[in-house]
Amino acid sequence: MYAPWTIGGVLLGFVFFVAVLLVQPVGVSTQFVVVDAILWDAADHAAITLDPASATGYTSTNAYLAEGGGRYAAQAAEFPGYGLVFVAALMLGAFLSALLRGGVGRRERAMPSIWRARFGDNPARRWIACFGGGAIVLYGARLAGGCTSGHMMSGTMQTALSGFLFSFATFAAAVPTAVAIYRRER
Amino acid sequence: MTLVLALLVGGAFGFMLDRVGASDPGEIIGMLRLTHLRLMKTILLAIGVGAVLTFAGLLAGFVDPVHLSVKTAHLGVVLGGLLLGAGFGMAGYCPGTGLAAAATGRIDACFFVVGGLVGAAGYMLTHTLWAGAGVLAPIAGGKVTLGPIAGTSYPALIEAVSGEWLGIAVGVVFIAIAVAIPDTLRPTRAVRPPGRRFEATG
Repeated sequence: MYAPWTIGGVLLGFVFFVAVLLVQPVGVSTQFVVVDAILWDAADHAAITLDPASATGYTSTNAYLAEGGGRYAAQAAEFPGYGLVFVAALMLGAFLSALLRGGVGRRERAMPSIWRARFGDNPARRWIACFGGGAIVLYGARLAGGCTSGHMMSGTMQTALSGFLFSFATFAAAVPTAVAIYRRER
Repeated sequence: MTLVLALLVGGAFGFMLDRVGASDPGEIIGMLRLTHLRLMKTILLAIGVGAVLTFAGLLAGFVDPVHLSVKTAHLGVVLGGLLLGAGFGMAGYCPGTGLAAAATGRIDACFFVVGGLVGAAGYMLTHTLWAGAGVLAPIAGGKVTLGPIAGTSYPALIEAVSGEWLGIAVGVVFIAIAVAIPDTLRPTRAVRPPGRRFEATG
């Protein structure tokens, strides 16, 4: 059903390379901040403001968005920028791939069979766990300054120390967590 | 033009994430439980191939070193990685694969993405606390790579060796690990050959 590790790995690696060749290494988690900032600025126009003194020309009342010469504020103000279109296209690409392999089954779409085998048929439990999991994952990603894409894939690919530190920490937590939570397979 | 590239590269990335099974939490959790390592082999091979091509391209001169983007090493990388890992091991999604999975129609992944927006907003509000506590202070040189890379100002851990050749070596090591890793480190009943338990009576 899925690509063999050989072909899949070579093609995915080629995508990493093309990303660096043409623009910049792949990265995703920043865009969660950018979308938050866009929503916040839509609700309150004072959130992101023009600032000739900042490197990007934008600043924010939020210290994190104003950081680095207002780089996050600028991405939210000048959307859609490269990063946001990148993740939108990521979703489109995944959608097309799933369509081509026949789509994800209705039961599997509600919750994965591996969860069902362990926790039963109530999807609300899975959804609450995923909401909480998403919050922890993105909080951690922003604290780390990147996620599985930006640190683990792009970082280690560039031999960045931060990428190796991140990968080690992530697996040190993820493996025991998954082993402890999912005692049974599908 | 940049946005066209974003569409092409992002689209190819999302397509491949789904193709290799990274948008399937069953595959991710199988990898993290060390029972189904096909995805681990895939990702290690991908990083290896990406590293070899990128550093060979830098040496050959057709990859522009300004396209590299090395992130700062700090204590938050480790703490954040531990937090992300815990959520990753529970949900079976990371930020990129969660978005990909939501696009394939997975409802639980939509909850993951909304939770992610809340988590990112939580970080926006608490960032100054971490910065104030010194957790984000650069360590070991900050934006540091293994070896010096020509055309960049990143400090290197090993000054004496070419960063490009070290990068190719790291890529080759990743590829070798991908080849060497078995399909499973913890065999489950499901992967044992069927009928084996009847051998004693047969």
